[in-house]
Amino acid sequence: MNELGIWTIPIAVLGGAIRVSTPFLFVSLGEVLTERSGRINLGLEGTLVIGAMVGYAAAYLTGSAWLGVLAAALAGSIFGLIHGLICSMPRVNDIAIGIAMMILGTGLAFYFGKNYVQPVAPDLPAIPFGWWSNIPQLQAALNVNVLFLIGAVAAFAMWWMFKSTRVGLVIRVVGDSTDAARAMGLRPNVIRTFATMAGGAFAGIGGAYLSLFYPGSWNEGISSGQGLMAVALVIFARWNPVACFGAALLFGGAGALGPSLQSAGFSQGYHLFFAAPYILTLGVLIATSSTTRALTGAPGELSITK
Amino acid sequence: MSGQTELTGKMAASPKEWLAPVARRAEVLVIPLAALLAGFAIFSIFLLLQGKSPTEFFSLVYRAGFGTSFSWQNTLSRTAPLLFAGLCVALPARLGLVVIGGEGAIVLGGVATGALGAVMLGSSGYVALPLMALAGVVVGGLWIGLVGAMRYYRGVNETIASLLMAYIAIAVMNHLVEGPLRDPSNPNKPSTLGLTDGLRIGDIPGWNVHWGLAAGLVCCVLTWVLIERTTWGFAARITGGNIRAAQVQGLPVGRLILGFTALGGAFAGLAGFFEVTAVHGSANSSLAAGFGYTGILIAFLARHNALAIIPVAILLAGFEASSGLIQRRMDLPDATMLVLQGMVFIAILLSDTAYGRFKIFAPERWKSA
Repeated sequence: MNELGIWTIPIAVLGGAIRVSTPFLFVSLGEVLTERSGRINLGLEGTLVIGAMVGYAAAYLTGSAWLGVLAAALAGSIFGLIHGLICSMPRVNDIAIGIAMMILGTGLAFYFGKNYVQPVAPDLPAIPFGWWSNIPQLQAALNVNVLFLIGAVAAFAMWWMFKSTRVGLVIRVVGDSTDAARAMGLRPNVIRTFATMAGGAFAGIGGAYLSLFYPGSWNEGISSGQGLMAVALVIFARWNPVACFGAALLFGGAGALGPSLQSAGFSQGYHLFFAAPYILTLGVLIATSSTTRALTGAPGELSITK
Repeated sequence: MSGQTELTGKMAASPKEWLAPVARRAEVLVIPLAALLAGFAIFSIFLLLQGKSPTEFFSLVYRAGFGTSFSWQNTLSRTAPLLFAGLCVALPARLGLVVIGGEGAIVLGGVATGALGAVMLGSSGYVALPLMALAGVVVGGLWIGLVGAMRYYRGVNETIASLLMAYIAIAVMNHLVEGPLRDPSNPNKPSTLGLTDGLRIGDIPGWNVHWGLAAGLVCCVLTWVLIERTTWGFAARITGGNIRAAQVQGLPVGRLILGFTALGGAFAGLAGFFEVTAVHGSANSSLAAGFGYTGILIAFLARHNALAIIPVAILLAGFEASSGLIQRRMDLPDATMLVLQGMVFIAILLSDTAYGRFKIFAPERWKSA
């Protein structure tokens, strides 16, 4: 304990909310895009891990963190493409394919990532918004990464896209009714594949954030279900990108609870606090799901809400 | 399907009469096998791209997994938890539920077993072991049963919920074995108190394989009987086919969902029981060895048929048994098996699209010439 006493915890949770939320934000934005087109990609957990590995490796090899982010987005979009193409075939279960992609993505990331556990890759830059304060903890908490800001902008941009652009309308139509989309002359499978691909790219960027900023290194335990939680978070956010932003902050704060208690000197029961984000996700799912009424805002063709 | 009955009448006269039922049944056997081989083929290409030899890989798997009686025993002793884990996925799947968090029930079933064992260290195995097994079964059953309850009463997606609960289960295990249940005399690995010899499950006489294998095989057969030969199983299969239709028919959909998820979880809990009593001798983090996740692939490869789970589980156990040798001999990372599993999984799911496309499996579409 230091002179800040009990205040270290809320400061750490605030900083954590900003730091930890970024991967949630990117994965959930990607998932919103995919689900709005009527498909669910549960494999984003695997995409997150492969994004983390590819991003780290590319940043290490090229010396540029931004090229790492680009490579991660590319790897993510390839995974999305595979998912999208497979799901375009008749009678293929998109949920099960997601599980398979989760296993394959994790496997490939661990397979190729073995050589990158030791080397140190360049970090992504951060902007010190805490310059006005002389409390080091607060400065650390407000050291905001550029990707977080990009993610926030992307959330609003995506919201605007769904609301007032032609692309957004096309995705929504495909997601709400395959028949209506066909009647309009759209090709639902093609649009869904592109939406899944773009969603994968978002998840890949989320992964690059994990390995290139926080925690900032590549190892096999880098993601522990963040990708999956982000998928659950989309249901909670009612398929609204801006709500995803808020939900990601909330989940980031919950995720920071365990580590910040540990750093504040609580050693008893901190394992249970590590479970906090999962319990929160589950609680949110229980509170927001329903058996009797259709979920507001849910795309009509989505398999999990049918 | 609709025209099938009238056509079978015509078929009766044809000389291919005996072939028709064989062909119909062959589809569910040939397509998954072909998909399995396709998965192996993709993986072989992957190895070739790395400059590694697929021939060497598969011959090492054969040698370490199935080549000698020693390797068979190694494989079979890894089969037990996979059988249970496969059942934990297959049972809910027959109702159309994709439950993938069996790992959580294995872990907590093992912790319950270890915790009760630590209290009953002085008791006779005849008293303590059934109670410990019961503890594992009850905890595992409640854990996955809870997933079923959330699904039925609140409409919570069971796939996401079960996986989240697996993460929670592992956190709870870490808390318990490093906190309240920790054996203070063991400074190295946080574990529950070591079980005395009387509370350990031994090997099947004459084999180097513990009794968990026999229990797993029995559970697979019993599950097959339950699903294919009882009214409960029939109701479950109807529910899995079309849940609305089942509700309209007045089938007890809620009880089926709760019962089947709880039963699946109970099997996973039993896997935890055998891992603790027969393998590790105490509950610790080795329980989270990923059996639950391999079980997902096993159930899908077996098309959720409890009897088919047996050969598939043995096959995948053989791959796991050979993992160490392959890492050493071929200088491949341990994640190689995960890559293989992922590729086989995708191939098997892709094969779903092939059903009903081949004339050879549909006697009613054979030319009458």
